[in-house]
Amino acid sequence: MLDWLYALWPGLETSVGLLSLQPPGWGGNLLRGAWASLQIAVGAFALGLLIGTAGALGKLHGGPVTRDLLAVYTVVVRAVPELILILILYYAGTDLLNQALRALGQRPVEISGVVAGIAVLGIVQGAYATEVLRGAIQSVPRGQHEAARAYGMGSVQIFRRVTIPAMLPLALPGLSNLWLIATKDTALLAIVGFSELTLETRQAAGSTRAYFTFFLAAGALYLLMTLLSGRIFGWIEARYRRGQAAQ
Amino acid sequence: MRKLALLATTALIATAAMAQADQVRIGIAAEPYPPFASPDAAGNWVGWEVEIIDAVCAAAALDCVLTPTAWDGIIPALVSGRIDTIMASMSITADRMQTIDFSDPYYNTPTVIVGQRDMQMDASPESLAGKVLGVQVSTIHQSYAQAYFEGATELRTYQTQDEANQDLAAGRIDATQADSLAMDDFLATAAGACCEVKGAVAADEAILGAGVGAGVRKGDDALREAINTGIAAIIADGTYDAITAGYFATSILGN
Amino acid sequence: MNRQRIAQEVFVPHRIVMVAVALGLVVWAALAMRWDWIPRYYDLAVQGIWRTLWLLALSCLIGFALAVPLGLAQAAGPRVLAAPARAFCTVIRGTPLLLQLWLIYFGVGSLFPQFPWIRESELWPYLRQAWPYALLALSLSFAGYEGEVMRGAFKSVAGGQLEAARSMGMGRFAIFRRIWFPQALQRALPTLGGETVLQLKATPLVATITVIEIYAVSSRVRQDTFIIYEPLLLLAVIYMVIAGLLALGFKLLEQRFNRGMLG
Repeated sequence: MLDWLYALWPGLETSVGLLSLQPPGWGGNLLRGAWASLQIAVGAFALGLLIGTAGALGKLHGGPVTRDLLAVYTVVVRAVPELILILILYYAGTDLLNQALRALGQRPVEISGVVAGIAVLGIVQGAYATEVLRGAIQSVPRGQHEAARAYGMGSVQIFRRVTIPAMLPLALPGLSNLWLIATKDTALLAIVGFSELTLETRQAAGSTRAYFTFFLAAGALYLLMTLLSGRIFGWIEARYRRGQAAQ
Repeated sequence: MRKLALLATTALIATAAMAQADQVRIGIAAEPYPPFASPDAAGNWVGWEVEIIDAVCAAAALDCVLTPTAWDGIIPALVSGRIDTIMASMSITADRMQTIDFSDPYYNTPTVIVGQRDMQMDASPESLAGKVLGVQVSTIHQSYAQAYFEGATELRTYQTQDEANQDLAAGRIDATQADSLAMDDFLATAAGACCEVKGAVAADEAILGAGVGAGVRKGDDALREAINTGIAAIIADGTYDAITAGYFATSILGN
Repeated sequence: MNRQRIAQEVFVPHRIVMVAVALGLVVWAALAMRWDWIPRYYDLAVQGIWRTLWLLALSCLIGFALAVPLGLAQAAGPRVLAAPARAFCTVIRGTPLLLQLWLIYFGVGSLFPQFPWIRESELWPYLRQAWPYALLALSLSFAGYEGEVMRGAFKSVAGGQLEAARSMGMGRFAIFRRIWFPQALQRALPTLGGETVLQLKATPLVATITVIEIYAVSSRVRQDTFIIYEPLLLLAVIYMVIAGLLALGFKLLEQRFNRGMLG
């Protein structure tokens, strides 16, 4: 069926063979790597949101010490290259955690690559998420907050039922951007030897010397991930904006 | 919110703790290093060293799990406890022994310079002067080249030997210094047709070391001795030679 | 006045404690950690910093020069130009820079053996080196992100101004040079400052294709001496200083620009 295409483009048949999902093709490895990347990206994004929410609330409502510490956190993380943060956290993180556990009389734990990857990227994401969410929360009119209080809502309830729904549409573009950064930053874990998509690609390319084929294929996979998730975020944004007044 | 964060932290630690504590995590380089250790298309690690690791673990009754780790950070990974031993074609050198301990050697390979066929050169500093030499990062070859060739020769440092070989085939470097056994594998491929072995470098045991051994954390004598027992056992019962015969024409054990 | 405010902000009890703790940490790090390697690697480190800065400056300049037409094509160009410009930005922004870098360096390198004439060409001495590929990848990446920023900036300039200029008889190029571009640039400047810091943070990736910038120097210290954390910590401080200077520079630039625009 594809014969005429192969005749036109001699290298294509080899490339298709190399990318086939069953061995001797390396496509399966690439997909496994993409799955690992996706897991880490989702985990890191979720952890980042958690840290970001706590950070944003700390920056807005925390005491002076909390606020200053959070400022140090966001400034440092946003100024130091992710690669270096990953190296420091990846090696020192395990070390410190185990020393702390030992000091508390606990058994040292093993940190799997996935957990370490999620933790490291999550801490990086948290700093950016803090800023995005702080901006969004700040732009919720105070009146809404006060009205909710007048109705007798507690602060947790206000946060859950007023602040979050009101700030989400404002935060979504920034969050969708962060999600894209999370997917792409997983590639950096290749440098600490975690087998996600980029490292799998590098291994396949090195073993077969078909550098162009594999790097292009991996690029297509990343693009697929980012474009699809872009769609999903667009859809969520449209949904949440429905209730909002036109601006 | 605080409850949620606490929950997440607990979950994180719980997942982390699920890995079994009595397994021996064998650190191998995450970058392919044929014919010693490289992933195949099915995602399994294969090669001479992988088979030797299996045999040593079986002989020493260790419950081993291969843990691919970035070569450039493999010693930090051992020291910080991410892995328990390094079995990744790592030469036993005085420099490394300041930081980690080693088992007995389990193979030995000469160090060679492989260069472009159409260039006249041997493995001496004079002949490499003015040329571009590629080496893999954090290897004895990098240390050796820095000690003997750097300055007159331009050094390029690669994350993997594969990438240095790739640039050699592309003509971006004139030569590379590496283990002869690994280079034989490359020279047998189509890309390797560009190049040939130009000679072995002058000996310097302080830098090049005395063979390849398993690296363990300082003071982890129990594991070091278990690995030594395993190595001795597979050499004595012929397993070592049987595995070697599948990859190389002659024994690579050295003295 | 200003000095008084700064004094008021710093000399709050908890800040004094925090500064003291920070100083204590620095002193502890200086005494308890190993820094004896610094003199030996000082020259290499200075060269590395220079290379990082050069890569940053050149890639930002080239990238921005590409971003202006990319943004213009998307904001106001005909479809034939807008579609490819848009596709370029999407691809660059949708894939990791590390992958782009390796594709450009190793992918292109894998073509050389197939085309022997490349080695005879006059460009070969440059094609052999690693930095042109690093510069290319970093520039294309910056162009991709900034193309998007400039698209928004060009679009945000009010159409009425351009029409007014046209009715005054200004040529297309004059309108672009004197009205459209300066206003778009003014709007993009705050974003550009942030993006330049992001670009700085992307530069260490080029160490993976054998370019010896400051990150590669710190790796070498680790490889030679097996000291793990100290070089990384110092490196983090160096990047923070450069990022801080960049932020300051852009702030000054913005102030000057705004004064000129509004005055």
